[in-house]
Amino acid sequence: MTTAVATATAATSTVGTTGTAAVTPRSNGASEPAVWVRGVRREFAGRQVLAGVDLDIAAGEFVALLGRSGSGKSTLLRILAGLDTDATGQATVPERGAVVFQDPRLLPWARVLDNVVLGLRARDARAQATAALTEVGLGGKERAWPATLSGGEAQRAALARALVRSPGLLLLDEPFGALDALTRIRMHSLLRDLCRRHRPAVLLVTHDVDEAILLADRVAVLTDGRLSLDEPVRLGGARTRANPEFAALRARLLAELGVADDEAEQVDPEQQFDAERQDDAERQDGSAQGDVEQVEGR
Amino acid sequence: MSTSLVLGGRGGNAEAGTGTEAAGTGAGGAAAGGAVAGGAGDAVATSRVVVAAPAPGAAEPGRVALALADPDRARRRPVPKWLRRMLGPVLLVAFWQIGSSTGLIQADILAGPWTVLHTGYDLAADGTLGENLVISLRRVAFGLALGVGVAVVLALVSGLFQLGEDLVDAPVQILRAVPILGLVPLAIVWFGIGEQVKVFLVALGTAFPVYINTFAAIRGVDSRFVELARTVRLGRLGLIRRVVLPGALPGFLVGLRFAFTISWLILVVSEQINASSGIGYLMDQARTFGQTDVIVVGLAVYGVLGLLSDALVRLLERRALAWRRGLEAT
Repeated sequence: MTTAVATATAATSTVGTTGTAAVTPRSNGASEPAVWVRGVRREFAGRQVLAGVDLDIAAGEFVALLGRSGSGKSTLLRILAGLDTDATGQATVPERGAVVFQDPRLLPWARVLDNVVLGLRARDARAQATAALTEVGLGGKERAWPATLSGGEAQRAALARALVRSPGLLLLDEPFGALDALTRIRMHSLLRDLCRRHRPAVLLVTHDVDEAILLADRVAVLTDGRLSLDEPVRLGGARTRANPEFAALRARLLAELGVADDEAEQVDPEQQFDAERQDDAERQDGSAQGDVEQVEGR
Repeated sequence: MSTSLVLGGRGGNAEAGTGTEAAGTGAGGAAAGGAVAGGAGDAVATSRVVVAAPAPGAAEPGRVALALADPDRARRRPVPKWLRRMLGPVLLVAFWQIGSSTGLIQADILAGPWTVLHTGYDLAADGTLGENLVISLRRVAFGLALGVGVAVVLALVSGLFQLGEDLVDAPVQILRAVPILGLVPLAIVWFGIGEQVKVFLVALGTAFPVYINTFAAIRGVDSRFVELARTVRLGRLGLIRRVVLPGALPGFLVGLRFAFTISWLILVVSEQINASSGIGYLMDQARTFGQTDVIVVGLAVYGVLGLLSDALVRLLERRALAWRRGLEAT
């Protein structure tokens, strides 16, 4: 079953006035994509952030969405999450969706398990949640308070909260942006495993080109409110930075993002690491969400 | 044991030289003599601190040796903090007793501590104290229950609904500006001088802090969590139960603490103005007969009650806000 969000079309604004997300189940053909987005527009105070985005995501497909700071990639994700009902255009998404934000967003007054079952009504929700926690490597932490978790653990709990809903669409809004580089690597492989097992459609919003190539089946770049690039990642299994195809795709993506590849190459790994850590520190300061997105070239 | 001497900079530094000379105390020579330069050299000394104990390179300009603790020095066992804290009060009571015993403080001005203890014991023994204490406690309990209950309901109404805020918040904010004790005459006209008037005044006085803090806390609940609630399809009731109420709890407890303090304050005044029972009445009676010992007993009881109620709220906070300390509560 799919749900239509943001059905207020620009042309016929009679029914779908902004703010109402009408739920219209769509016929579920086998070829029907899980996510279907046509001509989605969104403006903030006269500035057009999304200028007619078209996007399909097949069931079980992992799409990474790249974009410069303020390109509107998080806005698109929020629209698909049903959090922004002022957008116009057409979009259908699976009825079961789940979001992982950049911050773990665990309710501090609820224990980890209660955070994971939040909003679930199934009778065996707690058993499922326990299983999900075990799956992300947090078995035994069910009764812990979120404040006692490390950044990586908290984000894994957030992943468990998303997975336990068996989402048809998993929306990831820079979920690893606030983690240190080593934890991020571990989270990448965890996420890959989880997606392989559960096969949700995934939209990963990120500013990290390497992350996008490492994880996604397809990468898209959002420029000036439209998808300016949308291509599958064909690396033949060897997703390492040593793969020349990796480097080629990376260069292409960076160019699309307006960063010259040689500019990026000058950054030696050591410095990169420091820069990342500095980035993390800034993010953890809680400096304006969404504005800290940066195009990182590597 | 190493003594560290703070020395002025060497005169070779032009800046340092002028600084010490301007001070006019001859501290410029302190560096050579090894004496403490003292206040005169302060401006200079801050930039060049040198420890007398020989440290490699410490004499070099731009380097500073840090004075760290000497591990060999035997540490004195520190006097426990509570014991040190007791010193002041004990001394005060001692002086008070001495003053009373020597007749410096006359009994009709202020009874001595020993007399007060004695009177307190007598009042407790013949049941007068207990009887009136129960009456006072009941007034506070009813008043608090009523005031806190109404305040929480009002805060929810105005915190959760825009219409509620429009209807409730403005009148409450206006009424809040009126000093509660100014309402005493009107309250007497309405309720006479029975129990109701005390309960009413306590309820009114405690409702405001609870309302203000709870309302602010509800509105201050992190919007990111509200957003999260939407993504996990939490209904409106679920949102209130799982997110808004627990999120507003700390603010409510702050209000409750104010309410406890205020409840005793209002009780004291209303019992002394118009009552035929209660601790305040006991004190007012004693005033008529010049029994300062009874008055002090009443004060002490109020003080203990205030401490106890504060401890109660703290306990509540510890229980309800265990997640703040991140403790694995059992």
